[in-house]
Amino acid sequence: MTTHQHDVIIIGGGGAGLRAAIAIAEENPSFSVACVSKVFPMRSHTVTAEGGAAAVIKPHDSLEDHIYDTISGADWLADQDAVERFVNRAPDEMIRLEHWGCPWSRMADGSVAVRPFGGMKIERTWFAADKTGFHMLHSLFQTTLKYGAIARYDEHFATRLLIDDEGRCRGCAAIELRTGTVRAILGKAVIICTGGAGKAFPFTTNGAIKTGDGMAMAYRAGVPLKDMEFIQYHPTGLPGTGILITEASRGEGGILVNKDGYRYLQDYDLGTALDVSDPRHPQKRSMELGPRDRLSQCFVKEMWAGRTISTKDGDAVHLDLRHLGEARIDKRIPFVRELARSYAGIDPVHEPIPVRPVVHYVMGGIDTDANAATNIPGLYAAGECACVSINGANRLGSNSLTELLVFGAEAGAGAARFAMENAEYNLSGLEAQTADERERIRRTYFSSPAKSGGERIAVLRGELHEAMESGAGIYRDADSLNATCTKIAELRERYARVALDDRTNSFNTELTAALELSSLLDVAQTMAHSARERTESRGSHQRLDFPERDDDHFLTHSLACHREGAEAPGIEYRPVTITKWPPGARTYGADSGLKRKPAGT
Amino acid sequence: MSDSKTITLELFRYHPETDSEPRFQSYEVPYDEDWVVLDAINWIKDYVDGSVTHRWSCRMGVCGSCGMMVNGEPKLTCAAFLKSYYPFPVRVEPLVNFPVERDLVVDMDGFMEKLRDVKPYIIRDDVNDTSQGEYRQSPAELAQYKQYSMCINCMLCYSACPVVGHEEEFLGPAALALGHRYNKDSRDRGKSERMEVMLSNEAMWGCTFVGECSVVCPKHVDPAGAIQQAKAMGAQEYFKRFVMPRGAGTKGAGASRGAGA
Repeated sequence: MTTHQHDVIIIGGGGAGLRAAIAIAEENPSFSVACVSKVFPMRSHTVTAEGGAAAVIKPHDSLEDHIYDTISGADWLADQDAVERFVNRAPDEMIRLEHWGCPWSRMADGSVAVRPFGGMKIERTWFAADKTGFHMLHSLFQTTLKYGAIARYDEHFATRLLIDDEGRCRGCAAIELRTGTVRAILGKAVIICTGGAGKAFPFTTNGAIKTGDGMAMAYRAGVPLKDMEFIQYHPTGLPGTGILITEASRGEGGILVNKDGYRYLQDYDLGTALDVSDPRHPQKRSMELGPRDRLSQCFVKEMWAGRTISTKDGDAVHLDLRHLGEARIDKRIPFVRELARSYAGIDPVHEPIPVRPVVHYVMGGIDTDANAATNIPGLYAAGECACVSINGANRLGSNSLTELLVFGAEAGAGAARFAMENAEYNLSGLEAQTADERERIRRTYFSSPAKSGGERIAVLRGELHEAMESGAGIYRDADSLNATCTKIAELRERYARVALDDRTNSFNTELTAALELSSLLDVAQTMAHSARERTESRGSHQRLDFPERDDDHFLTHSLACHREGAEAPGIEYRPVTITKWPPGARTYGADSGLKRKPAGT
Repeated sequence: MSDSKTITLELFRYHPETDSEPRFQSYEVPYDEDWVVLDAINWIKDYVDGSVTHRWSCRMGVCGSCGMMVNGEPKLTCAAFLKSYYPFPVRVEPLVNFPVERDLVVDMDGFMEKLRDVKPYIIRDDVNDTSQGEYRQSPAELAQYKQYSMCINCMLCYSACPVVGHEEEFLGPAALALGHRYNKDSRDRGKSERMEVMLSNEAMWGCTFVGECSVVCPKHVDPAGAIQQAKAMGAQEYFKRFVMPRGAGTKGAGASRGAGA
């Protein structure tokens, strides 16, 4: 048995995982921390985030405003105690990252610059031009190189959580890609930071690696997946490739127009269209700076009304940046120009960019409390894979990068505490589970008979994509969701006959693709079933057959629970934590700038 | 665009468990003018031969995973369009100057160690408490190092560099550029520590300033320029050693020792 032992095991080496690792290395210098990632950490998907990270830093801003923007942006599905903690800790975390060398864009006086972002009443989004995630990830990764106590398991694909006799999480089984060896990587506590699952859909900004592996692992081990019906479509992706054109392009003043050159958002209760030369443009919490769910829904309605632009890659609207001018585009959003030129053949200095909504982020995830702890003792989760929840039914742009830091640090602290208080565990039971897992992988993927007649990974994945896009997209109803649930059940049954061309050990990426598809099938199933059971419309979850928000029945988190032996998850509910901000009308445009005092103050 | 058009991809194949020698294998791939070389490789893996092995993720030129040799040049395959090669065959090989793990996957361990060696992080003893706010850094100070912070670790420069292949001690363009990036950061006080590494033997001096690294860099980092500047800085450091105790010549570092974090 190849067994490795540490104090804390972190699965995932993106922003949240690296922040957790640093938190432990700084606070508990005697601890050994393992960072297990299926890629080299700097390949993690945090790297593609563009626009920025929100935290209150400027004198004219307030924590209370950030809290209110986040809660109303979430359509009141966020837990308010968690949002308060998030917003209160955000500035400290961002300053810490500044101290670690992140190259934030600056004001003339040397202080960090901030820009407006969708759904935020005040500009509070820190940015490093339009490669914020890239710079945050590399700053964090490079900072981890300072600490000898952080042991990296690069290109190790974790497949199963290991649970001891007392029900505590003590590590994972992982395939070392180079050799194909299945190892036990053991510790006294475990943190999952494996990111989202956008690859359940065909048209997504997400990289190939975002396949929900950590969500699926936690779910199979008995942690509910919370609020999985809430999938964020980013309103501005390039047709065809789904490459993201950052919201910062609208924060800088870019506008969205339909085929008639008309700023159609004004027809959907998002405010009035100020001229782009008006000094008040772009107006915050208004028009192009409305929240992502609403903007993506407006696109669909424009499409239904026949006012979108036909392209060979489907319908689109135009994101027009021309009035910003070349100098501003090159200074503030140079990557937008580079991407549009390379991948769409469009120079935004001279032409508008065709864009359409694209799957971007999973609001739901591994059910954690505000300490990043799950229901399994010793198991923590942070980042997009987790649902704390601060994002509720719709995440505001630039809250997720900050979330990585705040809850990554929280998870690191929690796991370290747990490891200290629960240091003893029984090695043999965990090694036996690893041996079982090795045998399961061999049996499932390497011992099926002839390749002919077997199911091909890409075919199953393609059918899953089609089912999710057609049935669980921006607008859903009972019929579409029933069809998707049925299709997923069929795909899960066919998956049992998946056949690999490659039965070798060294760097078998067909095996990892099969494991990823298995994760996606579990995660997509929780998305479709949770969506089917939520018979209301809220935030990013829009039911054509139940178009209203229903606080009487659904001011609740859905919890998709794995049931051993059952074909589908059970869906349970837990009330949302409301502290000082009772549910209200979610308004954008002219009246959304009104100051709202929390109840009782 | 017609459905019937195809393009030939010749992929480098090598499996450590079964092959004593690498070979090339040809595949006919549907030609789509919007496709990049990476799309064609993914199509082969998905529908023709699941054993083809390569790395990729973001498909937008920022994760740095998918660097390969395309017709003999180091390229990000997600940014190399088939239309630049059509109708001629495209030959894809693993990045040169690295050991091959399997097919198009190279062993990155050497680089990961070299990156750690240059101490690519802010070094200072007098770390402010977060309650004191951010360090001030003017746009001009940011501009001093910003370009060198854009490295995505894609390794194209290591494949282009004529020194990397035969000089083990040479840290290589990306690692040196990142070391230099922190030396030029106004928040950093660790230059002398870092230069200690960069100035040793052939770590940096091995560079013969061919400049191919800057030519192939997809993010315009200009590692050659960074190395040129670092060498100039290094010559100063080198002579300072004879007249001053180590570290004393670095702005702020000597004075702040022992001040605590």
